[in-house]
Amino acid sequence: MFLARVTGRLVATISYEGLEGVPLQWIQPLDEDGEAHGPQLVACAAIGSGPGDLVHFVDGREAALALEETYVPVDATIIGYVEQVQRADTTDLAQAQS
Amino acid sequence: MILADVIGTVVSPVQIPVLDGRKLLLLKPVSPSGESAGQARIGIDTIGAGVGDRVLVIQEGNSSRQVLDEPQGAVKTVIVGFVDEVEMAGEIVFDHANS
Amino acid sequence: MMISKVVGSVVATQKDEKLADLKLLVLEVHDQNGKGAGSYVVAVDSVGAGLGDMVLYATGSSARQTTLTDGRPCDAVTMAIVDSWDLGGDNVYEKWKDA
Repeated sequence: MFLARVTGRLVATISYEGLEGVPLQWIQPLDEDGEAHGPQLVACAAIGSGPGDLVHFVDGREAALALEETYVPVDATIIGYVEQVQRADTTDLAQAQS
Repeated sequence: MILADVIGTVVSPVQIPVLDGRKLLLLKPVSPSGESAGQARIGIDTIGAGVGDRVLVIQEGNSSRQVLDEPQGAVKTVIVGFVDEVEMAGEIVFDHANS
Repeated sequence: MMISKVVGSVVATQKDEKLADLKLLVLEVHDQNGKGAGSYVVAVDSVGAGLGDMVLYATGSSARQTTLTDGRPCDAVTMAIVDSWDLGGDNVYEKWKDA
């Protein structure tokens, strides 16, 4: 489970059975300082997130378990908003980067 | 399992139901001797860990679901223990008492 | 999932028998700006993608969660044909303009 910023939305009318209506969004994984870490990827959204939101996502097979239909070939799903990340040094990533 | 330092707390107001009521912590993976070792991640706390603790972290879905007793949960990173001491080749490289 | 463009297909007469009857596509990985990243993946097709289509593919054990690939030695599968996407409100890719 990793931090990420939602950067965009993607439309795909033809998708594997069971993925109809599941939102697809571009995310940029982040490190502990809120800086981009690694390439952007496309994730399903299990919550009502949108571009600009700070979120967390799960990768691998577990990604499918967050969706209504769990037998689908999905390897990344946004599973929650992040309202605040409180570090020991009191940086709040949600405030700093939005 | 991996070793990690707890470096922050994560507040998530809206999330998938399996995470409701669970404490999320920001983790920085570390090598046995404590050097940074990989991308920061978010883990579910099951032991009452806090910022500054060095912890043992499961980074795999099936084991995580067992620990949380959530057979269908979309979970992958779970904190399962405090690290007291790490020994490598007869030498103690991490000692909680002295950290 | 990653974005990629279908740039070819693979025919392999001699292969593991569990791979029989699967359509294998050559995908060129693209980034969020629609630029080819110069790396390629061979994936099983589960959505009827064809040459030139921009597709999403899933990797790892997720790739075996289709009726086509279940229990087969497959680590990448196409799971959607992309029509369009935007980044920060700007349209980046639109299938109908990609002639």
